[in-house]
Amino acid sequence: MSEITNSGILTTDGIPLKESLKKAERKNKIRALLLVAPLLLFIFFTFVMPIGSMLTRSTDDSYINNVFPKTFKVYQKWDRVGLPSEEIYATMFLEVKQASGFEIGKASTRMNYAKSGWKSMIKKSKRKFKKISENDGPFKDKMIEVDKKWGDPEYWLALGVMVDPTTYEYYLNSFDKKYDSEKNIIDQPEERRIYTKTWIKTFKVSILVTFFCLMLGYPISYLLATLPLKYSNLLMICVLLPFWTSLLVRIVVWMVILQQKGVFNNFMVISGLIADENRWQLMYNQTGTIIVMTQILLPFMVLPLYSVMKTISPNYMRAALNLGASPLHAFWKIYMPNSVPGISAGGMLVFVIAIGYFITPELVGGKDGQMIGNWIGYHLKTTLNWGLSAALGGILLVIMTVLYWIYNKLVGIENIKLG
Amino acid sequence: MNLPKYATTGQRIGYYSFMTYCGLVFFFLIAPIFIVLPLSFSSSSFFEFTPEFMRFEPEAYSLKWYKQMLGICGVDVTTVCTNKWMLGVRNSFIVGIASTILATSLGTIAALGLSRPHMPFKALIMAILISPMIVPLIITAAGMFFFYSQLGLTHTFTGLILAHTALGTPFVVITVTATLTGFDTNLIRASQSLGADTLRTFFKVIMPLILPGVISGALFAFITSFDEVVVVLFIGSVEQITIPKQMWAGLRQEISPVILSMATCLVLLSIALLTTVELLRRRSERLRGIKSQ
Repeated sequence: MSEITNSGILTTDGIPLKESLKKAERKNKIRALLLVAPLLLFIFFTFVMPIGSMLTRSTDDSYINNVFPKTFKVYQKWDRVGLPSEEIYATMFLEVKQASGFEIGKASTRMNYAKSGWKSMIKKSKRKFKKISENDGPFKDKMIEVDKKWGDPEYWLALGVMVDPTTYEYYLNSFDKKYDSEKNIIDQPEERRIYTKTWIKTFKVSILVTFFCLMLGYPISYLLATLPLKYSNLLMICVLLPFWTSLLVRIVVWMVILQQKGVFNNFMVISGLIADENRWQLMYNQTGTIIVMTQILLPFMVLPLYSVMKTISPNYMRAALNLGASPLHAFWKIYMPNSVPGISAGGMLVFVIAIGYFITPELVGGKDGQMIGNWIGYHLKTTLNWGLSAALGGILLVIMTVLYWIYNKLVGIENIKLG
Repeated sequence: MNLPKYATTGQRIGYYSFMTYCGLVFFFLIAPIFIVLPLSFSSSSFFEFTPEFMRFEPEAYSLKWYKQMLGICGVDVTTVCTNKWMLGVRNSFIVGIASTILATSLGTIAALGLSRPHMPFKALIMAILISPMIVPLIITAAGMFFFYSQLGLTHTFTGLILAHTALGTPFVVITVTATLTGFDTNLIRASQSLGADTLRTFFKVIMPLILPGVISGALFAFITSFDEVVVVLFIGSVEQITIPKQMWAGLRQEISPVILSMATCLVLLSIALLTTVELLRRRSERLRGIKSQ
């Protein structure tokens, strides 16, 4: 082999064959890349960059440093004992006075995350500082007169966590932790601990939905895979139609069914199973979220299960039965282990989709059914605590990536089938 | 899956209970979708089957919600009558069609590249191209909300169309790559050796063969955009009313049965789309000589 390459077979133009082949291959590679390039660039700019910029936001604390640059500079020299010196008070005074109302508003919101009380204090000071002249120092006592919180070292100490323009505080917040003034990690106060609970709830709901999807999806996938094709094609439509129907339509429908005077409760009352006055509360709670999500995600369980079960030869079961196994035993020992790839693929897919759900819990979940996605949306639109929503999103993204990596190892992402 | 004649009682019970269970699951899957059809003709202002409706009394039936949806305001209509629904329909179609065209053309070309045997970094590129389908919509919406607002793209149709195109492309890439597996590359060589240039080969040889995949990919992209609500909620303004956004608003604020009429129309649309995709899939399998047993 090496002899041939060393002696060098030449093409008609006198170039060694190996080089010529390499050249042709490179050309092919470039051509293939050029075809993919437009979409790749498009996805990069419209999708990858936005998510990347969101992630940088989750550790970014530079805004406040830009509003109070001088204060933070002199602040770093402070020994953190008692009240700060007049110099710190004076720079703070000037910077609050000079900053625009918009900047002050945004910065004070950030300061409020570190210690509540800052926002009202800054707002009040901004208004009252106008009356105090810039040459009218010293400012320490005047500031304390405007708001006595300026005289509380606790507030000054709380600023310490913001000095660094990169922060991990939002990630800590996502697990109900925070920095104290010495940058030690401590628990949030009892009444602000919501995220750990929500993470657990999100996992719990996703696991339950996956479990119910498996319980409902396994038998019908088996039926679909074993029926003759002309019947199974017809039944397959029952699985695919919900898949194609608008998500919101399905939620509306479930509201019609599950509400207090809805179809289900009416049916139960008319058939005498429950009394008119204690109709079941099936919506605006976790039960509602789980029921609706199960129906919505069931096709994602059935499709992978079906495609795996289709490949299991019926002869295996026949052989097991022939050898004297009871049907249940044969199923448990022969069919079940063969269908495990389908179970893991479907289960993983349902779980991964469920964990990032937003619309369904928002509409039918009520207070008790909210998942982590809903908190991301809430901080994005309502509280404008964008750092926290970016951090929650970042954590969710990491969980998803890990799960998909496992999914990819199990089934391969390119094997995702549609319809 | 048939019960043999010699089945024991136990087997019979097992078989019938299994069938009943499966029947119930299919009922759970499909029945809810059809509940909305009769209810949309009810004259009641609530989402419920009134006793009069169940007794088939003519007064309990009405087309008023459909009229409201279409923006026809009669004298008997007491609730606020606006044209928001039709505006939503118009916007949904504009955004849907524009993003479908973009997604289909970008996605098809990329799929052609991905199916070439010499594609470098294939797995990585595939993962990036499919990621918009995998990342939860709320994260996508959050990222776009920050990034597009810096570029002034929020509250514009351009931004919305770009966002929906990004969400739709994975479906096109997946369906077209699937059609291209088993594509006989000798056909391209034959066409080229007969003197056709690249464009002519593409339109006369490749395109007719992959067309079923391209169309079903386009339909997936369209329905993705048509059904998308999270991104619209975060990057759209009050002007960018689409059907799902209007339904969302309808469910959160003014619970009006017009939603049921719109839902009925959407169910009919989804039946039409599903039928088309199924027919295309079978045609494609026939064309490529894959027997469906």
